Amino acid sequence: MSEQTAVINKINQSIINRFPDWVREDEREGYEGLLVEAAHLIPFMEVLRDEFGYDSLTSVTGVDYLPEEKMEVVYHLYKSTGGSILVVKVQVPRSSPVIPSLVGLYPGAAFQEREAWDLLGIRFEGHPNLKRILMWEGFEGHPLRKDWVEAFFEGEFKPYEDRWPEGKVSKIETDKPLGKNINYPEGFNPETWIPDAKELLFQGTVSLKTEDDDPGLETEHLVVNLGPQHPSTHGVFRMVAKLEGETVVDLEPVMGYLHRNHEKIGERNTFSMNMPYTDRLDYFCSMSNNFGYALSVEKLLGEKYQPPERAQYIRVIMAELTRILNHFMAIGFFLNDLGAYFTPALYAIKERELILDIFEAVSGSRMMCNYFRFGGVVRDLPEGIEEHIRKMVYERLPRQIDEMDRYLVDNEIVVSRCQGVGVLTPEQAIAYSAAGPVLRASGVPYDIRRADPYGIYDRFDFDVAVRYHGDVYDRFLIKYDEVRQSIRILQQAIDGLPGGEILANKPAYKFRMPKGESYGRVEGPKGELGFYIVSDGTNNPWRYHVRAPSFINLTGLREMSLGEKIADLVAILGSIDIVLGEVDR
Amino acid sequence: MKGQGILKGLGVTLKHLIDTYLEDIKAGKDRYYTEEGVRQRMTSDTKGIFTVNYPEERLPLAEAFRFVPFLVYDEEDGEQIVRCTACGICSKVCPSQCIWITRAEDPETGKPLKTPAEFAIDIDLCMNCGYCAEYCPFDAIKMDHDFELAGYERMEANIHLKDRLLKPASYYAEIRPLNYALEQKAKAELAERKAARRAKVD
Amino acid sequence: MTEGLNLPEYYIPPEIEGTVAITTLDRIYNWGRRYSVWPMFFGLACCAIEMIATAGARFDMARFGMEIMRPSPRQCDLMIISGTVTKKLVPQIVRLYNQMPEPKYVLSMGACASGGGPFKRGYNVVAGIDKFLPVDVYVPGCPPTPQALLFGLMKIQEKIDQESISKVRWYSDEPDEGIPVPILGPDLIDPRDFPALLKKEQEKEKQA
Repeated sequence: MSEQTAVINKINQSIINRFPDWVREDEREGYEGLLVEAAHLIPFMEVLRDEFGYDSLTSVTGVDYLPEEKMEVVYHLYKSTGGSILVVKVQVPRSSPVIPSLVGLYPGAAFQEREAWDLLGIRFEGHPNLKRILMWEGFEGHPLRKDWVEAFFEGEFKPYEDRWPEGKVSKIETDKPLGKNINYPEGFNPETWIPDAKELLFQGTVSLKTEDDDPGLETEHLVVNLGPQHPSTHGVFRMVAKLEGETVVDLEPVMGYLHRNHEKIGERNTFSMNMPYTDRLDYFCSMSNNFGYALSVEKLLGEKYQPPERAQYIRVIMAELTRILNHFMAIGFFLNDLGAYFTPALYAIKERELILDIFEAVSGSRMMCNYFRFGGVVRDLPEGIEEHIRKMVYERLPRQIDEMDRYLVDNEIVVSRCQGVGVLTPEQAIAYSAAGPVLRASGVPYDIRRADPYGIYDRFDFDVAVRYHGDVYDRFLIKYDEVRQSIRILQQAIDGLPGGEILANKPAYKFRMPKGESYGRVEGPKGELGFYIVSDGTNNPWRYHVRAPSFINLTGLREMSLGEKIADLVAILGSIDIVLGEVDR
Repeated sequence: MKGQGILKGLGVTLKHLIDTYLEDIKAGKDRYYTEEGVRQRMTSDTKGIFTVNYPEERLPLAEAFRFVPFLVYDEEDGEQIVRCTACGICSKVCPSQCIWITRAEDPETGKPLKTPAEFAIDIDLCMNCGYCAEYCPFDAIKMDHDFELAGYERMEANIHLKDRLLKPASYYAEIRPLNYALEQKAKAELAERKAARRAKVD
Repeated sequence: MTEGLNLPEYYIPPEIEGTVAITTLDRIYNWGRRYSVWPMFFGLACCAIEMIATAGARFDMARFGMEIMRPSPRQCDLMIISGTVTKKLVPQIVRLYNQMPEPKYVLSMGACASGGGPFKRGYNVVAGIDKFLPVDVYVPGCPPTPQALLFGLMKIQEKIDQESISKVRWYSDEPDEGIPVPILGPDLIDPRDFPALLKKEQEKEKQA
């Protein structure tokens, strides 16, 4: 650890030496990284990208420091060749939070800056399309601001006072005049309020450019709307595509239909309460989500909360099983999207059920595992389950992935629908902040388990799966590769599983949280899953942000789809493998 | 040759189809509507038909399985002794804040008693996370295995009050035998140590 | 009297015993409907995955005649609200419901759909779909396991069994108005709330 901090300090120092006037170290207690003045952000980032090699901007978010009357934008960057994260921050006054947009330098910031505008009201100057992304255009207020209060507000922090010792059960809507979770601004009158007709049609979307790009020719562009209720959008996702004949000339993803206010609720929760909520982010992969959250809180808590050996191994086993489960499902659903209606998905669901049996036995729930605790896991493997896992990873799963391979990979229809479609070049993939299988299928061998190892991943022997064409077919194939590598890791982990404790400390629900920030990231099945947490020393996080891989991988969707046929849109979306719970949070 | 890939894939589905018949012949009648049959369909080398015919057959639930919480009471001489002491820990750790507890008061002195007068769980809020059972120091609240709760109404039916929540310790022992045995053992040890200490003092 | 018609001991003259079977029209009508409930292929959140698992091999909704999941509301009988309903989505859900032909049923799956669940206090969450749609069966759980969902579906079948062809609303003369589609304004606006909102405004004006 200290060695790593020394390296980070050295890098930071060399950057500061380059711009001594307006870059300084963040010296607040528990914080790291560099503070930059807003006016110089763009030239600074340009140098970081081109000279220092920080070519991927992985996470952009804002923090509302209400007591200090400041808004802070936090950037996390890394080099696509490996190494740890660099944190860059910009502070602006809360009354007029304006920051230059980085979309020109890092196109991957596009959605994240829109999110920060939507939820925190930070204006990014120069952003080509600064509209709300999770809420709808016209919504009143910026909900993640600390002084914004939701309709069903019961208290600043959980636990609420009225639950004990004089708790009288009631449904909160009974206290509200309309019985609904709504808050109108002062003076709102539904009769005089006139919605914009066009806005109503495209609620939350940009209006796709109406003037013809080629005025010489008399063609009419057709706007096709897919979703939010569409069998191939993997939930409630929506794409608005502009077509020229059958070719996509413009595309606008619309999301937020499952925006469940994870971050606002997370900031009202205590640290331990957030663990079951993370299950519901990417609901296929609750174990991975738990892992990421536990990791970032443990980072904050310090050495004392390092999980014991056995817990470390169990964590790896669960995370890798999750990856296998997710990829099986992704393959199944992807074939659904291609039109192989349900048979591949049925075979995939079968394997998933068998893995879910393991999860149910160890954690108690099939999907919402809530299995990790700070400093370990909640309970030990029950009797017999180790044997079951061993049989699965040595016999069944290798056999089944080979069967899936025989079943689908050479299928001529799959090949001809996928090859060469929706190409994302390595440069684009990095620029669009893609992560996980999407990035690796484009020929960038970046895997956090190898590039910036966490847990005990540095002990296992595995290859980073990589494919080089960046098309739909490679994004499909890489899932097979990753499953095979996961099986390798699992075999080593189950063989090496030591005995001993599973929790570093006594079970606790309250922790002495030091002040500071932390960013923990894991290689989730869908890509880099990061949790950015700011603690003010109380039992509730001051800021809780999720860097959601599915959400950010979608930034490149437009680029992948331009020039493709409308029928391929579904295949492209399926190959990115999104889960709406994570996209919208 | 074009079409080979498709044929290979179709071969896989054909194998699955044939397997269903072969397995049925091999396992005979015992494959269905018996507990071993269901368990066999859960093993890692299961083949053939995978369906568990709910409601006639039921998937065996893992001991750790959790649905909504319930309160445990012990039975002594036909009397219900509620384990809950109204300490409020469950309502404090509950992430969705779905537990309401009113502590009982001594009707004469007005002093708080170590038992709940009212206990309510809104299962429309509950996220089945199991924190309440995990952190309860008295083993008084546990996660249930009964998932057949669907109904036609929610405003009344989905708020579980104390009467509905209370279930006997024997039921708990039935759904979580290992946990129950462990807890009983720990309790017996504690009692033994207490007795030993008392004997020493005497 | 009609009840007796369904029982096996109902008297049939011996000379035609071998050639006729009698039952009530209700029973046949409901028998046909209870085994052909087509749910809408419409997943919202976490619960949708359990819904798909229910359609999968292990739980197999096809045993209840419910495996035909249709993406188009025009072909559906049952809407499974499988997950958190957000304000941004509720206009679409109401519209889809209005597009479904009668007879139609709504099953609210999981805590979120029934009452908001753990996300109830979220600013973008509708605390229960029953604030907009008439729900027939509530399935608690977060998420309900596939078996719990199957139990809920069996409850729908039970409900169908109890309906009578002479009383059902879809053959009555009352016109089906549909449910007014909510509007996304500064917050979610339900057209049915207009009178209450206006009254509030007027009271404020009076005070001023």
